[in-house]
Amino acid sequence: MVYLTRKAEFSASHYYHNPDFTPEENRRIFGKCNNPNGHGHNYTLEVTVKGEVDPRSGFVVDLKQLKEIMHREVLDAMDHRFLNKEVPEFFTQIPTTENLAIAVWQRLDTKLQQAKLHRVRVYETPDLFVDFYGEE
Amino acid sequence: MIAHLTRRYRFSASHRLHSAEMSAAENQATYGKCNNPHGHGHNYTLEVTVSGPVDPATGMVCNLVDLDGFVEREVLSRYDLQNLNTVQEFAKLVPTTENLSVEIFEILQRGFQMAHLDGVRLEETMMNSFEYVGPAEPRK
Repeated sequence: MVYLTRKAEFSASHYYHNPDFTPEENRRIFGKCNNPNGHGHNYTLEVTVKGEVDPRSGFVVDLKQLKEIMHREVLDAMDHRFLNKEVPEFFTQIPTTENLAIAVWQRLDTKLQQAKLHRVRVYETPDLFVDFYGEE
Repeated sequence: MIAHLTRRYRFSASHRLHSAEMSAAENQATYGKCNNPHGHGHNYTLEVTVSGPVDPATGMVCNLVDLDGFVEREVLSRYDLQNLNTVQEFAKLVPTTENLSVEIFEILQRGFQMAHLDGVRLEETMMNSFEYVGPAEPRK
């Protein structure tokens, strides 16, 4: 079994707000992230897939295909977007790094053909990242 | 839905690697330049990984304000800009980065209740890093 990781970068804005909370609770729980005009990050995405090395190609996965799927399913939808307003998952969920990692996993998992998705890692900043391994 | 969240922190400290159980020659042979009696320092980077179900109300494993507050209060303020050999836990224990990783893990394990502690990773320099995930758990 070999693990292969492909990185990508995207930039997006978001804010944290739960309509079930009072404005005071939203401010207390989410702090500055509750500013309704949003704020942005340069995100780094690492997608790790696993599989046996194909004896003919020497590949775990066709990287070009993986890159295309990441672009089509994730970057085209999220890069230079306001996540709360433009990405359907975040019409109802709060676009935290945790939920972002889960959303990326769900967007990619069913689309990969050869290799199996192992881990999605999303860096919100160089000092904060979330790993998601699917249902544990 | 279990997610694993990692936060990076920085602190700077000095130490001297010296074991009272070894002769001067053994200490020198074992620790080399790190045995210099006056000590030396590093800029450490600490990674703390916690995990748990993502709370549907907040979208979070745990509130970063709580994690940052705990690490600042219990870890960074304890070690940042200190000589590790003068800190209580290293009175008899050699302050290698292995031992420091274990100490930091145990501080978090004892006191941080807001999420499950997966482990800590400590970079002593850009070339050396150490991970501790507790006595029995295998590394993911």
